[in-house]
This record gives sequence, structure tokens and C-alpha cells, in this order.
Amino acid sequence: MDAHVTAAETPKTPATGPEAPPSLQVSGLAYAYPDGHQALFGVDLTVARGERVALLGPNGAGKTTLVLHLNGILGAGAGTVTVAGLPVAKRNLPEIRRRVGIVFQDPDDQLFMPTVREDVAFGPAAAGLRGAELEERVRTALERVGMADFADRPPHHLSFGQRRRVAVATVLAMEPEILVLDEPSSNLDPASRRELADILRSLDVTVLMVTHDLPYALELCPRSVVLSGGVITADGTTQRLLCDEELMRAHRLELPFGFDPGSVTVPGA
Amino acid sequence: MHVPDGFINAPVSAATGVVAAAAVAVSLRGARRELLDTAGGPAGDAGTGGGERTAPLAGLVAAFIFAVQMLNFPVAAGTSGHLLGGALAAILVGPYTGVLCVSVVLLMQGVLFADGGLTALGVNITDMAVVTTVVAYAIFRGLLKLAPGRRRTVTVASFVAALVSVPAAAAAFTGLYALGGTTDVPIGKVFTAMFGVHVLIGIGEAAITALTVGAVMAVRPDLVHGARGVAARPLELRNTGPVATPGAPAAAPAAARSADEPGATAAPEPAAPAAAAPAPTAAPRSSARRVWLAGLAAALLCAGVVSFYASASPDGLEKVAADKGIDKKTEDHATKDSPLADYGVKDITDTRLSGGLAGVIGVGATLAVGTGVFVVVRRRRSAAEPAETS
Amino acid sequence: MGAGHAHQLYREGRSPVHTLPPHCKIAAVFCFVVVVVSTPREAVWAFGAYALLLAGVAAVARIPAGFLLRRLLIEIPFVAFALLMPFVAEGERTTVLGMSLSQSGLWSAWNILAKGTLGVAASVLLASTTELRSLLLGLQRLRMPPLMVQIASFMIRYGDVITDEMRRMRIARRSRGFEARGIQHWGVLAKSAGALFIRSYERGERVHLAMVSRGYTGTMPVIDEVTASRTQWTYAAALPLTALAVCLTGWMLT
Repeated sequence: MDAHVTAAETPKTPATGPEAPPSLQVSGLAYAYPDGHQALFGVDLTVARGERVALLGPNGAGKTTLVLHLNGILGAGAGTVTVAGLPVAKRNLPEIRRRVGIVFQDPDDQLFMPTVREDVAFGPAAAGLRGAELEERVRTALERVGMADFADRPPHHLSFGQRRRVAVATVLAMEPEILVLDEPSSNLDPASRRELADILRSLDVTVLMVTHDLPYALELCPRSVVLSGGVITADGTTQRLLCDEELMRAHRLELPFGFDPGSVTVPGA
Repeated sequence: MHVPDGFINAPVSAATGVVAAAAVAVSLRGARRELLDTAGGPAGDAGTGGGERTAPLAGLVAAFIFAVQMLNFPVAAGTSGHLLGGALAAILVGPYTGVLCVSVVLLMQGVLFADGGLTALGVNITDMAVVTTVVAYAIFRGLLKLAPGRRRTVTVASFVAALVSVPAAAAAFTGLYALGGTTDVPIGKVFTAMFGVHVLIGIGEAAITALTVGAVMAVRPDLVHGARGVAARPLELRNTGPVATPGAPAAAPAAARSADEPGATAAPEPAAPAAAAPAPTAAPRSSARRVWLAGLAAALLCAGVVSFYASASPDGLEKVAADKGIDKKTEDHATKDSPLADYGVKDITDTRLSGGLAGVIGVGATLAVGTGVFVVVRRRRSAAEPAETS
Repeated sequence: MGAGHAHQLYREGRSPVHTLPPHCKIAAVFCFVVVVVSTPREAVWAFGAYALLLAGVAAVARIPAGFLLRRLLIEIPFVAFALLMPFVAEGERTTVLGMSLSQSGLWSAWNILAKGTLGVAASVLLASTTELRSLLLGLQRLRMPPLMVQIASFMIRYGDVITDEMRRMRIARRSRGFEARGIQHWGVLAKSAGALFIRSYERGERVHLAMVSRGYTGTMPVIDEVTASRTQWTYAAALPLTALAVCLTGWMLT
């Protein structure tokens, strides 16, 4: 993997050093919905600290179901999920939800407070932070996504791209171990898309990015995994995966017209 | 129908304020239970618990009611009506959440838009949030009990529930007015005008509510709270095959499953007992059913007679004002700004009387029977509950 | 509702009225309206005094009269109702301009008009000098149940998201040549309303997921604590206390 990314460490994470446990370890995860429909059939996935990994897969592959297991919203039917060594279990949920920051697809779902500032403050405040420390946390998070000037605006008055960035800030404010983004590039215009990519690259945090946007995955994530039919079917460098036409076809993954992943020089790959 | 300050005197306003506060307090508890378990989203599953779903879900439903009140339903000649939403809320999300959501809408309308006086908030909540919602839900559930398990019943029950709920609110308002009205208009006049007009409005409300509930039933029947028993029945049938416990009585697996799957059936609601044993109770209920059908027929008859004249003015009190004005030959200022301007008002006054009368009788009968059935159902449920827990 | 409407409701400003803590203002307006409602209707001059008080507040808050008057239009239905009172009420009758009018009806009309208008004006002043968010904080401070405050807050936050969805659905209907003209089209409109409900409810579920993901356990963390000093309470109390004095004088004189 990329040297400078792996070396990066998030501050204030509980365990550091070369022996630190991976940010995310999923093993043998299986899950069936109450109606009997089984979505996951034994997922194994390890994401080392500081990695940026793209989770690719066709619609209905179980991507969202997997994401909802990462912070314990869904409870595993079988198998385990650990976040930086801490197992996802009922007694650990508050800490797990601080460590796993999920940015949902529709920023309007994520930004539920009346103003940007209150929204960014929600997570840390729920964890018990107050006063100057809380304000500092909010300011830093908004600065990291370049939205510090919009703190007192209602979310409804922001552009879609700005709302997506604030949604990232709401999660960053919790200083998560791993950032999980669900379709981060959807509905963004090219400029907003690039701005978000710059922001994500500038963060020294583990990233798991669920996406259909293959060029975006290639641009941001050195490594990709393919989730299909409820299991991980491929795992490797993004460029190599995208160049494997047969694999791509088998999992209904298609590159945009005229895009040749082999000819692109990926930053840091 | 938002009552302003000074319309009802201070003591009655204060008393209704207490009633409204109590109703909201009860609803806050009840809504937690109602929103605890719904099929659909994965949120009802492990790890999240339930009570904390109340705020976002009720908030979004309140926003929906607020928005849908702005959806115009054209009637004729440029007039249009809109939903009041109490009955719809009760049927879609349950009575407690319904009361809560409509109350919040009224509160915000009063504080932000000055629509409805601050001191009249108690009157408005009692009348429009509590009476409308509770009456609608009682009738709706009562009708479903009589003819369970069919989709069409849900639509018909929604229609009747909404139809009755609006004049019921008008009657409640008249009651409050009788207690603490600050004007000397005789109570009989107020009642006749309020009731007559609100029967008309009720028909519009009934049609829209029934159509809307029907639309939701067609796509997401699990989201229609009042009809969960109806929605759950096919699920139970489909699941009987492979995992049946040998030797167990026939009813046991169904009960066990409904406990296991909070999504499939609404556990705390009366749906389960009704679905479990419709056959043995059918005979003693048939006479009640006949009375019910008579009431229903009367209500529908009234609907038929007056629907031709339905105008669904957005605001009943405004229309009462207009109607009263017609009696006294002052239509110029009364109707100038109202949507009734193009309306064949002269014709209505006579026809409306007869239609209104039929409406009064039919609706009153339905209301009475509905209340009776609700009481019976409640008693049966409370009798069933200790048996289940023991 | 929400931000879109909020712009029309709230008038930005830095006046002493704007900077008063929201719960002081809500309490003051509520007490003021209670006093107004309790005033005997025969004390006509008292209502004039109340109106002057409100005009004073509006002047301090720099709310233009035109803005205030436009917002008063919300009570038009009741003005119509009040104007009918003299015709339909019973009791002694008097003749004005050749019309037979009920005296008590005239008093009733005056009562509704005066008290209703003052109530609306006071509410409008409150809403136009207090931001939506502060209003909610103020209500919370005044012991409204937190769950209720949360529901109201979500309603305001998502009010225009949902209204927007409704507008887009209407545009979609019209783009396909559908124009609702009468009762025969209610089915289509109701389908839209049903779809809107499903979308709203599902959004509620997603919002809940997003909240839980960030550590929500059922109570909103109190981030902005609004506090009021004794001086601020005194300023706020000026309105209802003056009104109370007027009211008591009114009771003594009539």
C-alpha cells in the first residue's frame, strides 16, 4: 500500500504504534433480515489503519447492509466486526459509534439540526463534550471541509455539494477511527466532486468508501474490494481490479464510456 | 378553524389548555410505543432500541401533515379544498402519534404564523388534534373489527372515519363555545351552522383521506398503522410451512412468530386477537354488525345527497360565517374574499338543510356506534392482556 | 414553514427586542395575551392602550408598520365572523344606518376583533424578532417536553424539504400533461399525497439511522443553553406588567 498513507495516524486514537489493530476487521459476517431475506453470507474484510478502501458492488449486493453492521445498527447473525480492536457489541455501542463515522448518501438525512454548527456539534455533544472544547471540535471539523464560514446557516440554504461536505464534517467532529462514506460522489457536479476528493485526500483517517463511481474509487482509493451476492469476491489494488474486464462484467460493474483505468496515473499508487 | 384569542373566555381556555397538555403528555408516551415497531426499515432491529425513533419519525410526519395541508384539491369553478389531516394522521401513524403531530403543527402555526391564538392553543389542540384524531381512529378500528382482513374495508373505514371526525370536531367546538363562548349567538345556531358545514367539509376530507390511505396501502401496507392486522395476515399464511413445531396447537406458531418478528405484526395493537379468532365470535357480533352497516349506509347516503354540493372550503369557520351571512342578506362582505364567491349559494341553503339533516342523523348514529364498539374493544383487549402476560 | 418561510417570518435586526432571550419574549407575549383576553370588553380605551404598547414594541424592534399589517391578514376569516355577530346575535337591538343590529352582537364583534387582533399582532412581533431556532430553545427553556421540542424542531427542519418534494411531484405531474381541475382528479392527487407520506416516513427512518450512528440515545444534547439575566427578565416583563396595570384599571372603571 501507499507508504505515506499507512504511516499516517489519527490523533487521539486509543492504540497507536506498528502493532495497532486494524481499523476494521470483519470476519464471517452473515445476516438475514427479519423477513428471512439473507443479505450477507460470510463477509471477511480487514482494513488497516490509514488505508483508503473502496467497496464496490452492484445494486443489491449487500453494501448498505454491511455498512449498517459496522456501527452496530444491525446486529450480526453470525461472525464478528471489530473496530480498532473493539468488538461491535451492545455494551460498546456508544464508543463504536464514535469510532465509526458513517456519511449517508443523502445529506438531508444526515443534517437534521437547525443550523450547521449545531449539527456538527451533535455527535461530540452526544458523547458528552461541552463548552470551549466542543466549539473547538466543531470549528476544526468545519475548517477541514472548508465550511467554517457557514456555521450559522441552516442546512437547507446550502448547495448540495456544500451539504455533503458538512455531512463529512459532522462525522469528522467525532474524530472517528474510520470514515465510511456511502456514495460520496453521487449528485455532485464535477467541481464539488473534485473539492470533496481534495478534502478526503487531506484527511489522515481510515476511509471505507461505498461507491458505483469507479473513476472516483480509482482516484481516491489505492485498494478496492468487490462485494457481490453477500460475500467479498475480489480484493486488490483498484487499478488492477478495474482492468480485469471479466471480473467487472461478472459483477455488473461498468466503467464510464472512454475511461481506461490502465492509462491513468493514480496519485500515490 | 383556528380559533383566535378572545373567542373563548379565559377560564374555558385555561381548562382546555390543561386538557390539551394532558392529552399531549399521554400521547408522548403512547407515540413511543406506536413508533417502536414498524416493518420496513432495518432500524427496528437489534442494537437501536425503540423509543428514540419517536422524535425523527413524528417530526417528519408533522412536516408531512404541514405540507399536505397545502396540497390543493380542486372542487369546481375555481374553488378548492385541502386536507385537515387529523383522520389521515390517526390512520397512518396511530392515534397517539397522530395527536402529537397535529398538536405540534398547531403549536407551530400559532407561534410562527399567528394562525390561532396563543391563549386559544388549548382549544385548538383539544378540538382539532385530540377530538378529530381519537374519533377517527376509534371508528376506523371499529369498522375494521367488523369486517377484518380486506383492503377495501380499510378504504371504506378511512372514508367513514374521516367523514365523522370533522363534524365531531365541530360538535366539540360547539360544546366549548357553549361553555365559554364570548358572543351571544345562540348555541343552536352555532351548532347547526358548524355541523352542517363540517359535514360537507367532512365529505371532502373523507374522500381525500380514503384515497390517500388507499394509495399508501397499495405500496407500503406496513406503513398504515391502523391496518397492520390487515397487512399482516398474508405474511402469517405464507410462513406456516417449513419451520412448524410438531405437536404444537395450531395457533401457537403464529403467536410465537409474531413475537419474534416485530415487523410482521403489530404486537401491542388489537390486531392480533381479532385476526386470531374471527370465527367463534362471528355469531354474537352479527347483530352489532347490522347496526353498524345501517350507520354506515346512513353516512354514505348523506354523503351521496350532499356531495353534489360539496365545496370543501379550506376553513370551516369562515364558511360558517359566510353561511350565516347569507341568512341575513349580507353576502357582500361575507363572501367577498371567500372561495364561495362563484358558488351557487342561493341553491344550497334549502338543499343543504335536507342533506345536512341526513348527515346529522347518519353521522350521529355512526359516531354513537363507533364509540360503543371502541369501548367494547378496549374492554376485550384489557381483558386479554393479563391473560397473555401470565 | 422552515427556512423558506422563516425568511418572511423573521426580520433580521439587532434591536433590544431582538436580543432579548427567547424564553423571556415568549413568556412576555403569552402573559400579555392572557391579560388582553381577561380585559372586560367594555373598557374600550384599554385596548387602545394595548395597541399603543405593541406599537411601542414594534418601534423599538424597528418592525415597519406595513410588514406588521400584512401579517395581520391571517385573521381575515375571523374578521368576517366578527362582522356577522351584530346580525345573528340575540338580545336588545339597535338601529344603525337602517339595519337592525344586536347590541350584544356589536359588543361580541368588538371583543373578537380587538382581542384577536392584539393576539395576532403580539404573536407576529414575537415571530418577527425571534429566530425559529431560538423560539424552540425558548420553548424548551419554558419546560415544554423535550420530545415535543425535538418533534417541532424536526418538523421545521424538514418542512421545506418535504414541501420541495411536493412541489417537484407537482412539476412532474404537469410535465406529463396532468392538470388537476376537479374532483375526478383527486385520485391522482391523493396518490401523490400517499407517496409523499411514504417518502416522509422513510426519510424519518433514515434520519433516525443517521442520528443513532452519531450516538443518539433518545435525548438531544443541550448545545445552546439560553440564559437570561434579571435585567433581561425585567425588560421583557415591562410589556405584560404595563398591560396588567391597564387591565386592572379597566376592571375598576367598568
